[in-house]
Amino acid sequence: MRQIPRWADVVLVPLISLLLAAICATLVILAIGQDPVEALNTMVTGALGSAYGWGYTLYYTTSFIFTGLAVTVAFHAGLFNIGGEGQAQLGGLGVALALLFVPWPHWTVALLGAIVASAAFGAVWAAIPGWLQAKRGSHIVITTIMFNYIAYSLIVWLLVDVLRPPGQAEPATARFAHGIPALSDIPGLNLVFTQGIPANISLFLALLACIGVWALLWRTPLGYEIRAFGKSEPAARYAGIRPVRTIMIAMALSGALAGMMSVNNVMGESGRLMQNASEGAGFIGIAVALMGRNHPFGVVLAALLFGFLYQGGAELGLWTSIPIELRIVIQGLVILFTGALDHMVRMMLSLVFSRRKVA
Amino acid sequence: MDYATLLQILDSTLRLTVPLLLACLAGLFSERAGIFDIGLEGKMLVAAMTSGSVAFLTGSAWIGLAAGIGASLLWALMHGIASITFRGNQLISGVALNFLASGMTILVAQAAFGQGGRTPPLAGSARFNEVALPLADTLRGVPVIGPFYADVISGHSLLVYIALLCVPLTWWVLFRTRFGLRLRAVGENPAAVDTAGISVSRMRFTAVLITGVLCGIAGAYLATALQAGFGREMTAGRGYIALAALIFAKWRPWGALWATLLFGFFQALALRPDVVPIPVAALEALPYVLTVLVLAGFVGKAIPPRAGGEPYVKER
Repeated sequence: MRQIPRWADVVLVPLISLLLAAICATLVILAIGQDPVEALNTMVTGALGSAYGWGYTLYYTTSFIFTGLAVTVAFHAGLFNIGGEGQAQLGGLGVALALLFVPWPHWTVALLGAIVASAAFGAVWAAIPGWLQAKRGSHIVITTIMFNYIAYSLIVWLLVDVLRPPGQAEPATARFAHGIPALSDIPGLNLVFTQGIPANISLFLALLACIGVWALLWRTPLGYEIRAFGKSEPAARYAGIRPVRTIMIAMALSGALAGMMSVNNVMGESGRLMQNASEGAGFIGIAVALMGRNHPFGVVLAALLFGFLYQGGAELGLWTSIPIELRIVIQGLVILFTGALDHMVRMMLSLVFSRRKVA
Repeated sequence: MDYATLLQILDSTLRLTVPLLLACLAGLFSERAGIFDIGLEGKMLVAAMTSGSVAFLTGSAWIGLAAGIGASLLWALMHGIASITFRGNQLISGVALNFLASGMTILVAQAAFGQGGRTPPLAGSARFNEVALPLADTLRGVPVIGPFYADVISGHSLLVYIALLCVPLTWWVLFRTRFGLRLRAVGENPAAVDTAGISVSRMRFTAVLITGVLCGIAGAYLATALQAGFGREMTAGRGYIALAALIFAKWRPWGALWATLLFGFFQALALRPDVVPIPVAALEALPYVLTVLVLAGFVGKAIPPRAGGEPYVKER
């Protein structure tokens, strides 16, 4: 196969994959007898047409940056972490326990506590499958999937039987004493976001995490070890990189990032822990990481795109008769084209580029 | 626990084993040919939705089964194109196709029936109904064995017996035919098969399509035999549990039967809070926890097909 220029590989391959996914999604909408133009209109107006819509789009973006980074870190170590969903749920549990049982003096300290607790819980939930892979040879993909189901049952049990305040019917914890400021509470930004919105300051935390992940992966010895291990395990082993340690650290970091998304949704948006709080964001992280080419900067762009898709998809469910699950279809298509059919796109491109050279 | 309760649990064990067994054998064909398939779950789901819908519209469970197999084959074909033709990442392709199945089934069922992504309940000939094996009632009087035969072995839908027959059939195809030898060789050393003048892609596509057929039967069983109609996400992780069972079975057909019977037993226990005195949520998590424990501890050394997950690139 002929080489294609680097810029085309970085820019054109994801864009064409996205275009192919969009074409397929259009066909799906047509097939169920709906109007794709109306659908796109509804999505763009609802997600990007107003400051209020942006407030939701950025809220989802924040979660997806965290889960996208989580998948990215694991990918660089050659590990496919499908357990972001369960790790995010456990992170939510960490946030809830930290905020319910520790009397924090001020919300800033409470925020720090919530970050540490969510990261720790997520990290442990990811490190167990990591340990099982490193020590016992269990397939990490299957174990992390099982851990998603176990996390779901665990949270349901805790919410129904343990953490639910007496007299409350709904399976959820009590309200937390501390929240974090929404973007609409910040002086300056409140001129733009005049209504109450769910997007909150954890967006900045997510962006910091991006810089942190970039610096870790490309500017530290540990990051080098993780990437080397992901490229070739035998070579890394030969170079003295310890496999068990690398797997454990990469998985723990990945789980910590996935867990930290709970600062956004559990502490920020809902102010208490509810059932299925992560709403599939852990799975979106797979699409975001693939679309973002496993680079923190790309992850931000892809997370923004999926934030738009998520908020737009919710609007579809509200205003049209297209089910909200169209989001899952698009998510699947993006993963398919960017992650599994990327060679097809490259082959197409290499044909185009080789023809241009001849002419 | 008395004998009657045990028989009830064994009866539901067999019912719950069947979709796992079919999916496990499906995965066996694919992985023996060197193609990982995380997408068993998605294929079962589209087959369940399609067979449920078509069986409702035509009133025939058999036409539903055929349609379910067709839908599952379509998904298998997409997996084959992504992972064989375009040499994509097989794990990612499977995950993508699972999401596609999860969303599409709800979209299509909602567009067709408007019942929130379910299909209408099935009755009569639109379902595979229970068949009594010969002499079931005559032998019931025989102590211990009689009730076992009448209540556990007899009285299931035809698909249950078809699934059980698939075990020796799979063994025979894989280990006693030329086709099976080549299929296994393609999963161990595709270059050798290529040297012998046999198309690696063709063998792998055949294996992936057999996977599609078996997942199709599994999905149709869920919607038209185990339950009466399709419900959202009704596969509930069975595709993944089947993969775990496949590793537990060390990629062997008879092992697949024992492994899936074990997991089916876990699932049957999870339905009986009166027998197992732990909270319902813990009971629901039980099959998944046990899957993890089994994978971590008791597998022994499970050696997967050597060329599994690697696309084959012909040397030029």
